[in-house]
Amino acid sequence: MRTTRRQFLSIAGGATVAGTIPMVTLRPLQATPAMLNAAIRNVVGEAQVRTGKVKLDIPPLVENGNTVPMTVSVASPMTAGDYVKSIHVFNEKNPQPNIGNFYLNAASGRAQVSTRIRLADTQKVVAIARLSDDTFWQATAEIVVTLAACTEEMN
Amino acid sequence: MAALINVPAKAKRGDVIEIRTLTSHIMETGFRHTADGALVPRDIITSLTCRYNGTEIFRADLFPAIAANPYLSFFTVAKESGKFEFEWVGDNGYSSTASASITVE
Repeated sequence: MRTTRRQFLSIAGGATVAGTIPMVTLRPLQATPAMLNAAIRNVVGEAQVRTGKVKLDIPPLVENGNTVPMTVSVASPMTAGDYVKSIHVFNEKNPQPNIGNFYLNAASGRAQVSTRIRLADTQKVVAIARLSDDTFWQATAEIVVTLAACTEEMN
Repeated sequence: MAALINVPAKAKRGDVIEIRTLTSHIMETGFRHTADGALVPRDIITSLTCRYNGTEIFRADLFPAIAANPYLSFFTVAKESGKFEFEWVGDNGYSSTASASITVE
């Protein structure tokens, strides 16, 4: 049986009077800062993440979140004794906090990776580099997105 | 599957060269719904591996937050003439390979 508007209002009104407004909880469709932190901890463990060395190039204002150019570079001599092992990129508000993990080595010559990413909302992007001495360095960028990606309806 | 690889044809020994790759793939996130509410299942490329004469020089784990038709650029040192081999692996048994040659003087 379909609930009519009149029935719905009378039920809702009754519930309000009784002080028991039915609560509807939905699973959040975006990652939360807690998920971002958990994803970062998953990679760095208990290690301290310092700010610096990493440069995150990404446009500050994006019209279309479906394809956002991004370049991460790390100031490193890239020698056998001092190089970047990996670069990890995270976001704050997409449905999932990971963007990509990139594994380099001493023979990479230059610690720089470019790709195109999706951003579902105006948010923060975090890039973390793991150096050969197992220290972690990070850079963050705030990006304003006017057309969101990832969760829109298919046409 | 179509892939576009950009590797310099020639390089001097010790040069740092840029490698650019582009492959065609929808990278369906698994978070989208059709107009009638059904969830569109995830279908993405999960990794790219690049080998230079058999040695792995670069590897990437990709997530739904990578844009459709994944583009990746990275660097390596030109050590010797030979072949770069690229391998993309993804959901639903997706696998694609490509290669490019380089002459090092």
